[in-house]
Amino acid sequence: MAYKHFILVCGGTGCESSKADDIYKELISQAEAQGVKDDVQVVKTGCFGFCEKGPIVKVLPAESFYVEVKPSDAKEIIAEQIVKGREVTRLLYKDDKQKDRIKVEDIQFYQKQFRIVLRNCGIINPENIDEYIARDGYAALEKVLSSMKPNDVIAELKKSGLRGRGGAGFPTWRKWEFSRGPQADQKYVVCNADEGDPGAYMDRSTVEGDPHSVIEAMAICGYTIGASKGFVYIRAEYPLAIERLKIAIAQAKDYGLLGDNILGTGFSFDLEIRLGAGAFVCGEETALLKSIEGSRGMPIPRPPFPAIKGLWGKPTVINNVETWANIPVIITKGGDWFAKIGTETSKGTKVFALTGKVNNSGLVEVPMGTTLREIIYDIGGGIRGGKKFKGAQTGGPSGGIITEEFLDLPIDYESLTGLGSMMGSGGLIVMDEDDCVVDVSKFYMEFCVDESCGKCAPCRIGTNQMHSILERITKGTGTMEDLDKLEKIGHAMKRAALCGLGQTAPNPTLSTIRRFRDEYLEHIVDKKCRAGKCKDLVVFSIDKDKCIGCGLCARKCPVNCITGDKTQKYTINAEACIKCGECFKVCKFGAVLKN
Amino acid sequence: MAKMTLDQLRKLREEKKGDMARRETEGKTIQIIVGMGTCGIAAGAKAAFDAIVKTVDESGLTSQVVIRQTGCMGLCHVEPTVEVVMPGMPATIYGRVDADVAAEIVKKHIVGKTLVDKHIYDRPAVDIVKK
Repeated sequence: MAYKHFILVCGGTGCESSKADDIYKELISQAEAQGVKDDVQVVKTGCFGFCEKGPIVKVLPAESFYVEVKPSDAKEIIAEQIVKGREVTRLLYKDDKQKDRIKVEDIQFYQKQFRIVLRNCGIINPENIDEYIARDGYAALEKVLSSMKPNDVIAELKKSGLRGRGGAGFPTWRKWEFSRGPQADQKYVVCNADEGDPGAYMDRSTVEGDPHSVIEAMAICGYTIGASKGFVYIRAEYPLAIERLKIAIAQAKDYGLLGDNILGTGFSFDLEIRLGAGAFVCGEETALLKSIEGSRGMPIPRPPFPAIKGLWGKPTVINNVETWANIPVIITKGGDWFAKIGTETSKGTKVFALTGKVNNSGLVEVPMGTTLREIIYDIGGGIRGGKKFKGAQTGGPSGGIITEEFLDLPIDYESLTGLGSMMGSGGLIVMDEDDCVVDVSKFYMEFCVDESCGKCAPCRIGTNQMHSILERITKGTGTMEDLDKLEKIGHAMKRAALCGLGQTAPNPTLSTIRRFRDEYLEHIVDKKCRAGKCKDLVVFSIDKDKCIGCGLCARKCPVNCITGDKTQKYTINAEACIKCGECFKVCKFGAVLKN
Repeated sequence: MAKMTLDQLRKLREEKKGDMARRETEGKTIQIIVGMGTCGIAAGAKAAFDAIVKTVDESGLTSQVVIRQTGCMGLCHVEPTVEVVMPGMPATIYGRVDADVAAEIVKKHIVGKTLVDKHIYDRPAVDIVKK
């Protein structure tokens, strides 16, 4: 008997960590206990993207969208919705404006999204190849193997205008063309799933939610360039993604979609997983290939590019997860269809991991050319707590900050580069007035100091020098000369560093100096941090006129440096103060001053 | 499962499509809503629901039809009740729908675009439903 209801439970890492797995198991056991297990199929899917409100549970075909579900809610969902046909209203998603029940398609978060890469995430069970196949999965591989020549595949990709989603935006068809050309006894196809930007998780979610899309695309590439071997290089910190990828590869082999003589066409392609140890530099393609070879993950100068001379010196196509996930759709729907989406130079969509000070953090996929304002305000629901927007960091430690005046600029590879930032892999961190740009730059530089492989001097020494200067500025001992030095070192690194990591490491600092020079000057000249983040530049004091003597601050102070009583009011002993900001946070009368 | 050929893959996809199509709601223009309040269930709404799912599948309509359940429609005297909403046909509520009538509704109303005369109980007044 066919199922009448489907309960989709988000099985992404975010929701799993808030007990989605328990919810899933509880729903199954409740369905059994209440005698409806033949009516309802409980499916664990990939990420729905709306991570802010997770764990997410969606019931179809009723289209009930439940948020922040707990395992204990399972009983009620089964009893009310499946047995009696009534929605569990208290769990439905409601936004601030509409108090009523909202249909899935009306949820602001999903309104402007357009899903190609995430087409199956939150719909299919990633551990069941049949569900992928039912959603036109492996139709592209089937089409390629039965009716397309390698040339046709490349022509289709060229028409689509697809560019690398790992950050640099190199046209995908050209990479493939380069590797297809040379004769070689062995060629390789590699998937870069070594996602390392702080705050970015779109590749992880894609592999977790739809692993077969990557496998299918890699097999298509193998056929196109004449490779019989592929590697997925994925970081070991992604256990769930690795697990699902393993299952997917095993299922594909079982079905004859990987391995020898695929679908009886005589084409053979095999795939292996290689685990990365978590070095950021291994996201750089030459370092990644070295790491697969078993050497230390350090970049080598290009050219020759991997497409000509890559893994073990053989022609190698290396693309990022998101790029791969686009390819089956381009083949089935055609390059012309894909090229209709996006801007003049950047086609298709881009997945962003929207995080930071927004109301709806999560995974969003929008057409290229969408503005940052639409992403942050319409999809993201605006800045948390009604604070003022300060900037958005795209491209993580390689990118730059985008300020309010550019919120309406359509986003694509060129427009972001023009602003001194970059597309990067898709991390999008929103900052508000409480964030200090110098502090943020220092954070990213510290990250680069840690992650620099040390092979080339500009990066090894440059990141360290820039970091110590930024450290000085946040401590109030920076000079005007330091500011010039930052720019000088930064520009030198951009030209001289060996790989993308070193060349882009100065970007966050340079772009914040460009956009927020006044804040750097405040730190250096006035010794002030307007956001109150740089502790050495902040002094807490109490306004005696506003203080009512309740003593809450004194009770909260972890070092007991606030003294006073009801009549005398309270004072802070600035020397003993550790500047934790607790008093500022707890005072209900605005009597604690921070400056 | 043994290794597949191109044809076997195509066949498997067609087979599995039905299940996935039932999960989707996008682009479906026909809605069948079964009243499954206590009154409906007691009167046999589950059998009607099963028959509808089965007949829709057999008629190859899975990709066009959403089958939902709702609570009591207020016509408790003629339960089980089934509402059909589709373009080109008036929205209609059928009453006293057993498994056979349910199958007939799918075949006549949806496929044949003719009303199933004896079971029409119209719609309850629109203003009551909306408010």
